Amino acid sequence: MTLEGWGRFPRLACRVRAPRSEAELAALVAEGGLIARGNGRAYGDSAISVQNTVDMRRFNRMISFDETSGRLVAEAGVLLADVITCFLPRGWFPAVTPGTKFVTLGGMIAADVHGKNHHKEGSMASSMDWIELMGADRKVRRCSPSRNKALFEWTLGGMGLTGVILRAAVRLRPVETGWILQETIPAPSLAEAMAAFEARADATYSVAWIDCLARGPSLGRSLLMLGEHAELGELPAARRRSPFETPLRRRLVVPFDLPGLALNGNSVRAFNALHWRAGIRAAGERLVDWDSYFYPLDRIGNWNRIYGRKGLVQFQCVLPPDAARAGLEALLGEVSESGRGAFLAVLKKFGPGRGGLSFPQEGYTLALDFAANRKSLALISELDRIAIAHGGRFYLAKDSRLEAARLREADPRAEDFAAMRRADGTRPTFASAQSERLDL
Amino acid sequence: MTKPPVLILGGRSDIGLAIAHRFAADGHPIQLAARKAQGLAPEKSDLEVRYRVNVTLHEFDALDAGAPERLLAALPELPGIAVCAVGLLGQQEVSERDAQAARKVLRSNFEGPALVLAEIANRFEARGSGSIVGISSVAGDRGRASNYVYGAAKAGFTAFLSGLRNRLAKKGVHVLTVLPGFVATKMTEGHDLPPKLTASPQEIAEAMAWAVNRRRNVIYVKPVWSLVMLIIRNIPEPIFKRTRI
Repeated sequence: MTLEGWGRFPRLACRVRAPRSEAELAALVAEGGLIARGNGRAYGDSAISVQNTVDMRRFNRMISFDETSGRLVAEAGVLLADVITCFLPRGWFPAVTPGTKFVTLGGMIAADVHGKNHHKEGSMASSMDWIELMGADRKVRRCSPSRNKALFEWTLGGMGLTGVILRAAVRLRPVETGWILQETIPAPSLAEAMAAFEARADATYSVAWIDCLARGPSLGRSLLMLGEHAELGELPAARRRSPFETPLRRRLVVPFDLPGLALNGNSVRAFNALHWRAGIRAAGERLVDWDSYFYPLDRIGNWNRIYGRKGLVQFQCVLPPDAARAGLEALLGEVSESGRGAFLAVLKKFGPGRGGLSFPQEGYTLALDFAANRKSLALISELDRIAIAHGGRFYLAKDSRLEAARLREADPRAEDFAAMRRADGTRPTFASAQSERLDL
Repeated sequence: MTKPPVLILGGRSDIGLAIAHRFAADGHPIQLAARKAQGLAPEKSDLEVRYRVNVTLHEFDALDAGAPERLLAALPELPGIAVCAVGLLGQQEVSERDAQAARKVLRSNFEGPALVLAEIANRFEARGSGSIVGISSVAGDRGRASNYVYGAAKAGFTAFLSGLRNRLAKKGVHVLTVLPGFVATKMTEGHDLPPKLTASPQEIAEAMAWAVNRRRNVIYVKPVWSLVMLIIRNIPEPIFKRTRI
């Protein structure tokens, strides 16, 4: 069976099994070379093993929910979308959510995902009570911040390489409505965008769309989008009776791969200019439903097809605070010079990071999409170099092409992780195309 | 208004569980009946956590004499909707040579389902309401060399449901026959199924819920199957007997 990540690059013929029980899973672990796969939303080859990919989506049962603390215990294959469907009407929302709801809990944990509230609430790890996973010895262990602490630390962000995540306890946050009070702030330059992030660090959610093709004084112009969970009293009277009911969004689809030419410097530059002007008109506050606010791209089924048959590659790095300004300028300068930017460019300020192989760290993160082709790969390679020179590191959930040596230059923890895996026997047992490429 | 319980016979099957999720999502209490019912505890808690409905588990082996009466006596209340998702595909080649195996396929797809629904039908008739749903198969529309033992049992079940519907039409009891084509389940795992003709258990559940609400009589889950079977049924026998489909 051919497998690919969300970026559809690379594509590999793999042996895929979908076990129904722990006993069936244990038999697959015994074969080795195994990686667990959730809903296939990692961009690259994180959840692909030619030899032994395990589809975990049959482990999708919810086990318990505590209505007073908001703690959900569930199997790893449960979709975040199902969590929202079940618990938002009862007044609970995921404490941390990535930009798509079509991810599994296991995938969220393995990538230690972050959301627009990272600067205040941290990554997935901060909402986890415990994780149970099957190790190379086929034993199931529970780990938490107080028990098997090292295993817990490495599993969050460990990309499935510490074992197969089976179950977890995750805390949801209470909300009064299904609506977000969104404020849009146009920032005509990078300096103003960063100043806005600093000035509004108290906002629960913050993220910026950045025009990565803008040049000169407009370099880095951004639309900063802040958000707060709307309280009941902030809804119009007509909506207060059913505060969790939001309009159903019509799902759009990209029915076929767009030709590779559809996204070029000119079309993207034109789109970005329009988007920027629309943002200026929309400046200020308005109510937005949760789905539109957190998951705008989920509305477009298979949006990854707009990049054509060859797929897309993402570049996402985080730069520490003192080097962020210079690093971002250098990165954006390189991209706008090349004219190869895309419209899915995101800038966000992170709060403090944590241990393990977790991606976020204090500073600014920049995420860019490119059509997968030779010129883009050359450009991204250059971006790697700039990011490393400014003390940056990379997000493995987005990666499909980093080199092992580059990863170690950027992140000394990678070698500790690999050494740990060699020592405890997880290395031959759990492996993905990514872990082999990165020698983890 | 509280919703009536939905009884699912064959509650461990992929189709049975998909139906349980579909009706629980609408707020119906669920009664899952299956062999080794206690092994369904994780499914019970999953349904209860997700939909906040009451789920009960009931021991039921469709091939046991007296199983229908025992089951109905054990239910906390008579369900409003009873769905039979009991079935066994078997292997045609084995069924051709091994009478025991053939008997099991015939009984699992016809005798067992028919007898339990007969018992439920009498209770629904006495009450004057209820929906009975039988999951039969397009394989029952015409016997083919590749699976006629299974097909014959399903044909019997389809005829049974049709007769039940005829009998109960004026008694307020609705009878729905669901005819799935290929379905991607445990039962068909490893078979090479054409994707355009293959439904997921969730599609079956969705189509069924729609048909129950509208009190339909017979539905093909993928509409293309009604056309496919129309053609297959109408091929003259002298030609049909030489085909391999």
